[in-house]
Amino acid sequence: MSGALARLGRWVDDRFPLSKLWNEHAAQYYAPKNFNFWYYFGSLALFVLMIQLISGIWLTMSYKPDAGLAFGSLEGIMRDVEWGWLIRYLHSTGASAFFIVVYLHMFRAFLYGSYKKPRELLWIIGMLIYFVLMAEAFFGYLLPWGQMSYWGAQVITSLFGAIPVIGEDLALWIRGDYVVSDVTLNRFYSYHVIAVPLVLIGLVVAHIMALHEVGSNNPDGIEIKYHKDPQGRPLDGIPFHPYYTVKDVVGMVVFLIPFALVVFFAPELGGWFLEHNNFEPANPIKTPEHIAPLWYLTPYYAILRAIPDKLLGVLAMGVSIFIFFLVPWLDRSPVKSIRYRGPLYRTALAIFAISFVALGYLGTQSPTEILTWLARIFSISYFAFFFLMPFYTRWDKDKPVPERVTSK
Amino acid sequence: MGQGQTGAGARHLQVRAGALAAALLAFVSLASRATPLPEIEVDVHDKASLQRGARLFMNYCLSCHSATYMRFSRLARDLDVPEAVAKQNLMFVSDKIGDTMQVSMNPREAETWFGVAPPDLSVVARARGVDWVYGFLTSFYRDPSRPSGVNNLMFRNTAMPHVLWELQGWQEPVIENKPDDSGQSVETVVGVELAEPGALGAEEFKAAVRDLVGFLAYLSEPAKPLRQRVGFWVLWYLAVFLAVAYLLKWEYWRDVR
Repeated sequence: MSGALARLGRWVDDRFPLSKLWNEHAAQYYAPKNFNFWYYFGSLALFVLMIQLISGIWLTMSYKPDAGLAFGSLEGIMRDVEWGWLIRYLHSTGASAFFIVVYLHMFRAFLYGSYKKPRELLWIIGMLIYFVLMAEAFFGYLLPWGQMSYWGAQVITSLFGAIPVIGEDLALWIRGDYVVSDVTLNRFYSYHVIAVPLVLIGLVVAHIMALHEVGSNNPDGIEIKYHKDPQGRPLDGIPFHPYYTVKDVVGMVVFLIPFALVVFFAPELGGWFLEHNNFEPANPIKTPEHIAPLWYLTPYYAILRAIPDKLLGVLAMGVSIFIFFLVPWLDRSPVKSIRYRGPLYRTALAIFAISFVALGYLGTQSPTEILTWLARIFSISYFAFFFLMPFYTRWDKDKPVPERVTSK
Repeated sequence: MGQGQTGAGARHLQVRAGALAAALLAFVSLASRATPLPEIEVDVHDKASLQRGARLFMNYCLSCHSATYMRFSRLARDLDVPEAVAKQNLMFVSDKIGDTMQVSMNPREAETWFGVAPPDLSVVARARGVDWVYGFLTSFYRDPSRPSGVNNLMFRNTAMPHVLWELQGWQEPVIENKPDDSGQSVETVVGVELAEPGALGAEEFKAAVRDLVGFLAYLSEPAKPLRQRVGFWVLWYLAVFLAVAYLLKWEYWRDVR
């Protein structure tokens, strides 16, 4: 039996680099042995992507991208399709879970300097994934065709109207109509189920290829390939498979426990994952009192609203996302990991994390005068983190970095 | 093509007008949010309560409001009502057991009669919340200035008449002078009191509305009891899986340590 299997393996290997791929990316891919908690979120992001792809495929089997039928087809999935409610909640909870995982994955990069040389391109591909993921979430959010779906899309598409000269035509071109309508729903459906996922999967493959080319960073921010044994294996590295595959399975199960708690016991999560208003069908002549995107986009929405001028607001929002791409060059510190960085970077990162969460909260609230001023203050600290980075990272009192990874 | 553009342009205007109207409505509803929401508990596992609620729903709601996404057969199965009994007690003669809960009222005519077509109630409890629906159904009061003769604490100037008057009786508003935003004293409805009792006592009526609201909660997510039952087993499975996965990891990582 095993002889036959080995022969089949050789037969395939003569025609396709199966063993080669497996060895390069798993069995002989050496990862640092000191990965900690923060290093679970990469594999978890891949896992959530799988959940979204599979549940999404099953949702498209019963969903109708038609302004007259969309809302009802979703209720049909919830009631008449066997286990349809489970498929839908997996997908809606998965959307929020994706962003939680991705935000923690990105925060890890800020903790351990994972964007620094030689991983600049890895970071840029990752940021493209994040950007595409936001587009994917935005397009998908229109599909339930509830009040928030409709008016959220109306607000965001109208932002393009702020661009001088071409703005109004551009917004019209994106929507395919003067307002969000059946035409918009159909094209957003097309983007959400095929165009954007194709790009997303391509970028994820590129992200992993770039990672395996330069090797993983680690909590000490040291390159493990500088210390190798006579066989050329990194002394501080261990093969990804089986060590990290078995470890990531544990992470996956730990992730699935709160995920299942939401899916089975609180799928709306008090309106944070599924908004109450979205159980009311889209009504183009009834504007809701309060329009806000779902929580994962609200930090940028808060920045947009904090600025009184619409064009400047849109511009600031664009910069607040784009600026992430420049981080590898804004950071002038010779040290990667926060373990060996000085107090300036530590403080800056803490302020940034607080600002991001605060802006996210403020973006969900109806703007009052006080809240708008708070949003302005946090917008300033948000931008200061990036714009002042070349200065405080250079002036910081970094500590000496050890030669080999520490085990803690 | 020219016609299509005019149509879209008109729709654009309509949206603008709609937004304006909505802004005004929002202002009105904000001003009238003086009444706090009641807090009620509903239990979608209590089948006797759901059956009583279903009966109320069929008798008092389903003549004007549809529940387009719900089938009678599903209701009968979930609420342990034999199909024959459901046909006799819950459905109109012309309905078939696999049908969804439609109304025969034409929405266009309904709009002429009420000013607005009665909304579908399939997911109303999820959109508004059970507390709001309970508050709405129990807080109709007499208001001769309204076409229906009643107004509502939760939903100022609602188009809906007091459908449950036979059961509840009639309530009168409790009016107090309260300062408005500019500090001027205006007559404000702060509550309601029963003026003419109906067929049910006050507590009986509250219990009946709780049954009805519980039924609406069931109606907005019939899969909820199954979801929770399955969730329980999924968590047990994950707990066992976690133990196995952790032991496997521990075993492999012995040589790294």
